[in-house]
Amino acid sequence: MIADLVRASTTFVDSEPVATILDGIAAVLILLAAFLTLAAAVGLIRFPDALARLHAATKPQILGVILVVAAIALSVRSWVVLLLLIPVIVFQLLTAPISAHMVARAGYRAGDYDPDTLAVDELAPDVAAAGRSELPGGGLDDEPGTAQGQRGGS
Amino acid sequence: MTDNSVAVVSETSRRASLREQLPLLVALVVLWMLLWGSLTPLTIVTGIVVAIAVTRAFYLPPVELSGRFNPFWFAVFLGRFLGELVIASFQVALQAFAATPVPRSAILRIELRTRSDFIMTGVSLAVSLVPGSLVVEVDRTNARLYVHQLNARTPDELEKARAHVLSLEHDLLRAWGSRDEWQAVRS
Repeated sequence: MIADLVRASTTFVDSEPVATILDGIAAVLILLAAFLTLAAAVGLIRFPDALARLHAATKPQILGVILVVAAIALSVRSWVVLLLLIPVIVFQLLTAPISAHMVARAGYRAGDYDPDTLAVDELAPDVAAAGRSELPGGGLDDEPGTAQGQRGGS
Repeated sequence: MTDNSVAVVSETSRRASLREQLPLLVALVVLWMLLWGSLTPLTIVTGIVVAIAVTRAFYLPPVELSGRFNPFWFAVFLGRFLGELVIASFQVALQAFAATPVPRSAILRIELRTRSDFIMTGVSLAVSLVPGSLVVEVDRTNARLYVHQLNARTPDELEKARAHVLSLEHDLLRAWGSRDEWQAVRS
């Protein structure tokens, strides 16, 4: 009976004017998503250092994916597809911050950032302190000092 | 996001009871059915088999939930989060086209008030997903987050960024924190 429900619901908005409006909204959403993706690419080139570039590379793109998925849902209008799209967003929301964090952490430790662009850096003294006295929790104590290294040229 | 704390993790890596694992198993079965796009006895049974196999093969320490969940405040948190996601995404996007993109940013140390791994992970995810801030380092023992904030220079802007992370923590504790921790930040 669930299959019947799904079949019945796929035709719930197939009247002509409603379908046109939904397709129009979907087109606008895809345009917005394309703008965000373009901005991410431009930011990737123009932002000053690795940490700032990560913002451009990971964030507007999340909203971009959400908008594209919403556009697909609006133009396909089927529950089966909608249910398939939900994991796409969930995995995007779960994995993007983690990959960004791992790259940021590695980049910071490797000194692959430009200290001149930082107005405040409250991490450097703590990394240095953790290098002198081993923290019991092991919070910051691997490879101390490398964060002091500066970027060769940029 | 609770990395670099192998020693702490191994303390708690006892086998989780079935009851503790149940929410994870249910979520995996639901995900399995979403991926197949159908709800038939076959997908349910194979889903259960796959979920058990996956949790056995890729074992993780149990997540300690607080035992309290307020759907209304969670919806408020989600709404606020989505709003910020949209606004901040366009701000960063426009910044990419600005004449001088990102003149100055900052790395801030933020002392969270919670001691729960679950809430800390939630705050880190939310902070990382909103454009303009990024978690560079996590100090799990002291519940500190080191956040890279885009485009913050003046003391005012720095304080605003700090208060923003703490208010995310506040909202998440209101929705999902244990009773004690929520009372502690309530004021």
